[in-house]
Amino acid sequence: MTETVLRTGAEKRRFTLDMRALSPFVALIALVIAGALINPDFLTASNLLNVVTRSAFIAIIAVGATFVIAGGGLDLSVGSMAALTAGVMILTLNNLGGGDMGTLALGMLAAIALSAACGLANGLVVTFGRIEPFIVTLGTMGIFRSLVIWLAAGGTITMRNFELRELYRPVYFGSVFGIPVPIIAFLVVAAIGALILYRTSFGRHVVALGSNEDVARYSGVPIWRVRTLTYIIQGICVGIAVLVYVPRLGSATPTTGLLWELQAITAVVIGGTALKGGIGRIWGTVVGAVILELVANIMVLSNFVSEFLVGAVQGAIIIVAMLLQRSVHRGR
Amino acid sequence: MDSVLRAENISKSFGPIEVLSGISLDLRPGEVHAVIGENGAGKSTLMRILSGHLPPTKGALHLDGRPITFSGPVDAEAHGIVLVHQEILLAPDLTVAQNLFLGREIRRFGFVDDRAMRRRAREILHELGTGIDPDRQVGLLSIADRQLVQIARALLVPHKIVAFDEPTAVLTPIEAESLFAIIRRLRSQGVAVLYISHRLNEVKAVADRVTVLRDGRHVATRDIEGLEPLEMARLMVGRDMSKLYPAKPATASDHALLTVRDMVVPGYVENASFTLRRGEILGFGGLIGAGRTELFEGLVGLRPSQGTVVLDGKSVHFRDAREAMAAGIVYLSEDRKGKGLLLQQNLRINLSLAALDKFSRGSFIDAAAEERALDQAIKDFDIRTRRRDLLAGQLSGGNQQKLLLAKMMLLEPRIVIIDEPTRGVDIGTKEQIYRFIASLADEGKAVVVISSEMQELIGLCHRVTVMRNGRVAGEVTQADLSEDAIVYLATGVHEERAAEIAAGHA
Repeated sequence: MTETVLRTGAEKRRFTLDMRALSPFVALIALVIAGALINPDFLTASNLLNVVTRSAFIAIIAVGATFVIAGGGLDLSVGSMAALTAGVMILTLNNLGGGDMGTLALGMLAAIALSAACGLANGLVVTFGRIEPFIVTLGTMGIFRSLVIWLAAGGTITMRNFELRELYRPVYFGSVFGIPVPIIAFLVVAAIGALILYRTSFGRHVVALGSNEDVARYSGVPIWRVRTLTYIIQGICVGIAVLVYVPRLGSATPTTGLLWELQAITAVVIGGTALKGGIGRIWGTVVGAVILELVANIMVLSNFVSEFLVGAVQGAIIIVAMLLQRSVHRGR
Repeated sequence: MDSVLRAENISKSFGPIEVLSGISLDLRPGEVHAVIGENGAGKSTLMRILSGHLPPTKGALHLDGRPITFSGPVDAEAHGIVLVHQEILLAPDLTVAQNLFLGREIRRFGFVDDRAMRRRAREILHELGTGIDPDRQVGLLSIADRQLVQIARALLVPHKIVAFDEPTAVLTPIEAESLFAIIRRLRSQGVAVLYISHRLNEVKAVADRVTVLRDGRHVATRDIEGLEPLEMARLMVGRDMSKLYPAKPATASDHALLTVRDMVVPGYVENASFTLRRGEILGFGGLIGAGRTELFEGLVGLRPSQGTVVLDGKSVHFRDAREAMAAGIVYLSEDRKGKGLLLQQNLRINLSLAALDKFSRGSFIDAAAEERALDQAIKDFDIRTRRRDLLAGQLSGGNQQKLLLAKMMLLEPRIVIIDEPTRGVDIGTKEQIYRFIASLADEGKAVVVISSEMQELIGLCHRVTVMRNGRVAGEVTQADLSEDAIVYLATGVHEERAAEIAAGHA
């Protein structure tokens, strides 16, 4: 008799749990329907591909942010880090001077190495300095930003070699089997991220660390290494995003990557990752990034709200997402 | 005698599940009425209904003979019913006086009147027989003093009924003794005291009547006269509990497995030395704050420490828990919820966390192997869970402890250190945990049991090392094991004197 009672309870519960993980996907579908109703041009392949392509930078950065946040940390420096990395990459390419594949590869390597080093610096200061990640990355946000302004002398850093620009162009503008390269890059990054977070011991350690640092420590989890690694992963993701971003404009300016940290963290939170750590959802994050770009796109296509208010709407979305997360949590 | 509060056929359901059914209870002025029962018997639910935190689904409450319903705890307090919570609910950064009056500050011309609150705080603390400074920050007080502050806060409200929910869970015998003195004083003032506890010896010492609950039902209400702890345990569990402790395995060898010399944990432990032998259960007794937990946390690398540690004839020093685990030493924290289990994660993730390498192929986790291990653990440790995908925080205290044991046993340790193995665990589960600890020694492992419960140390251990003020005060061998011997080493005074000291606050 008790068996049956418990059985039904179980099914009800599983349903609500699914709802929580599914909510970003439900929101995505609702937005697509809303967009289609507002403007017939919305539901065209070219528009949708364009939206997803534009979301690629934030999505890639947000995959890294999912690790940091699921591990109980926070990285505010990603936007500045992206600008600095883009600036240094272009300067490296200009100084190498060549227009061949080797030059490009060296420049890319420099970009990834620099962003990984920036992440390492964030991670080491947070871990060994025992300072709140909010403060540490607020500090490095300022440092990275002013470094790029200094490198650009307040102006613009532009790729000078025309051959190299042509060679590099397809990384943003090209497509494979009709799918733009940035989309492929972001799907690959997300897939690798999901594999690491869900299937490896390291991923499990990240979640344990974010859930309760003391329990992780008492369970023999190497918490210093795990925490530092999450910031390095964040750095590498920023580097990859920069690789896709640079050929788009071929330049870096003091305003490159401005407010990307807000968008990345918003994407992570919309996706269902807990801001206090312990729950990480890579695919939710990816959907979150697409949702942000969709909202911007719908605002441009419709005439309800000025597109200059995109930032305001995105800011409001993170607050609403947090409210929803909490009410779902309470209902459990 | 007229009752001050009477509950009549109280039932409480959460959804389709009835957790209390048809409970009747009457509380008389000037009596200490104990409510006992296993975890999940419904004690806390009953207490919350009586103190207005929950409305009953069925049944009625009568206060001074008149039917009454409470709109909430504030309403109940207005009627003179106060509850002293089990957990410490105080703001650690505020002072004692600020905490006592938090939310009900005394005001003068719209500003808080610190001087009046300080004066009133000093009065009430004095009444409770303690000299705690009202200006001291609560975070700097000992756990026992915090508990006293919490009691003082409850008693600030005019009260005729005071309910205590497991008040001695964090107290040492002397501190408990002074709490009993407070309870007796309340009783002599004509206040009715409701007292919930796991500790049956305490109930015997302090209560006038006892109500026993089992599975949400009323089993018996008896006068304490002629009711012995063993009989209480039988009523709670519904079977004979005289064999709570298993026979001590005759496996203690002379072979020293671990020797610790002059261990220093800065701020907590000075020059502690002891030897642990294969196949033995070594108890660590002492008051809370004596440095037992810190000694072993230092040993396994969870705190900075210096000293000589010789394992199997080789000198070792562990820098973190991982190194200690690799050497075959596991430490199970007393703070299960804060340091033992990830309460927000499911059982599978908790179970495999410490031994994740055993479930990995390359760098990937083998989820199927984890599931099999969980099946095995649920069976081996009798973890009672309604469903496998519950979160660890949804298990009862006893089942959490079993899960923690299962988690650490996956590491296949040679030395198992268990800190407060049965804190917050019901008596049926206690018996299982004791049998499990004995079986570990039987298998030739060395076990350290840190416990504040004297009976547990005496019933379970081959030897007991007692600490006092961060030092090893001495050792009690099996032949000499008695509460008095342990209390003497822990406090420097004999037990009969302890009660006198507590009473006189020397």
